[in-house]
Amino acid sequence: MAESPHTVTTLPTTRQPGCPFDPPAELLDARRHGPISRYTHPGGRPGWLITGYDLVRSVLADPRFSSRKELMNVVDFELPPASPGEFLLTDEPQHSRYRKPLVGRFTVRRMRLLTERVEQVTAACLDAMEEAGPSADLVASFARPIPAVIICELLGVPYEERDSFQRQTEALMSGEPTEEELIAAYTAVQEYVARLVAAKRAHPTDDVLSELTDSDLTDEELQGVGLTLLAAGLDTTANMLSLGTFALLRNPAQLAALRADPALADRAVEELLRYLTVAKSFMRTALEDVELGGQTIEAGTTVVLSYHTANRDPERFADPQVLDIGRQSVGHLAFGHGIHQCLGQQLARVELRVALPALFDRFPALRLAVPPEEVELRPEFADIFGVKSLPVTWDEEES
Amino acid sequence: MRLRVDRERCIGAGMCALTAPEVFDQDADDGRVLLLDAEPSAVHRAAARMAVGVCPSGAITFNEPQSGGP
Ligand code: SF4
Repeated sequence: MAESPHTVTTLPTTRQPGCPFDPPAELLDARRHGPISRYTHPGGRPGWLITGYDLVRSVLADPRFSSRKELMNVVDFELPPASPGEFLLTDEPQHSRYRKPLVGRFTVRRMRLLTERVEQVTAACLDAMEEAGPSADLVASFARPIPAVIICELLGVPYEERDSFQRQTEALMSGEPTEEELIAAYTAVQEYVARLVAAKRAHPTDDVLSELTDSDLTDEELQGVGLTLLAAGLDTTANMLSLGTFALLRNPAQLAALRADPALADRAVEELLRYLTVAKSFMRTALEDVELGGQTIEAGTTVVLSYHTANRDPERFADPQVLDIGRQSVGHLAFGHGIHQCLGQQLARVELRVALPALFDRFPALRLAVPPEEVELRPEFADIFGVKSLPVTWDEEES
Repeated sequence: MRLRVDRERCIGAGMCALTAPEVFDQDADDGRVLLLDAEPSAVHRAAARMAVGVCPSGAITFNEPQSGGP
């Protein structure tokens, strides 16, 4: 039983040339050695790296593993606790206190009611693209604005303020801003959300933030929740839209299958979520000694859970490196698992389900405007995997 | 197959309502699971079983001879 485990010293920082959609080779290699590897966090602390589907899933469902920020044992100083409202970085019962008042707003039914609105926003983006075309950066003209408009509407950002607000949040997420730029943009967004919360308290409207003013959350907590929703709702879906387009353009047979049978769209979305897994990994800290995959995780040790390799585990998904929109990918970990599983997942599904087919409908001959190797990926250390821009083109007479 | 849901455990992620809409719904107010059909007919059983499997919080259980669930 006490086999000496495979060791990964640093998380690999580059993807394989040739297939940007596959996780870095060292990660796939680690999984081939077994679902759990010894690992050293970049800050020098010893930890574990979990790459297999079953183990990742079991840790996510295990209350002996904590999400609390201050317990993350990855650097040699203590991290501050989560700010008020940052519910991803809390455990029960704190986590539920934040999450519960939100849940009713994000149900399957409620999100489906948004379909029509997502269709309108998508059509408006496609109109603008067509007019400015026949080429575009798909990130700027399609992938970012659609989720941005929708999350602004859900949160209740007033229409007149949407543009400036969107610019601020985009500054936060696009490219690699310098530290000062990052802090400035973050402060601006934070101040904006603070003003918004105050405005909703004074004059509630029909939106998530206004509804939350009815809960027992303080203003400071509401701001944290608002920021968390924004961060989670914008960047992830935007990258799924741009990478999803990229992946389909690189797999013409899959794209053709989707176009031939629109009923495949739901499956295609699940499969793209599995295949791309833009939220690549998360961390948990053991609250007590835990036996895991033949190893003992000592109390206080932080494990890295690789969602992306878990979703490429051949014991769970046959031929996992193949994008196959016909397969049954339900059960993938792209939205996580356990009590922290993505609150906005049904919204993301509606956005992907509507926007991707609409794009290929409008531009049947959509293609990359540069060789695929020239599409610039986000650096591997970015939390969310994606492309910086996606230059595309189409035939003028098409439109 | 007899299904049970534990609304206290439910985190409202909606995987059940998505996977087996004939069997599960979500409360319009608090988003938590509603069991529409505790003993689904054969056509919906596979979907219900999948919903049990994908529920992130383990809020759905069912009893069948081999599962021994409550
Ligand atoms: S899948 Fe589980 S956690 Fe999600 S709504 Fe259904 S019962 Fe609740």
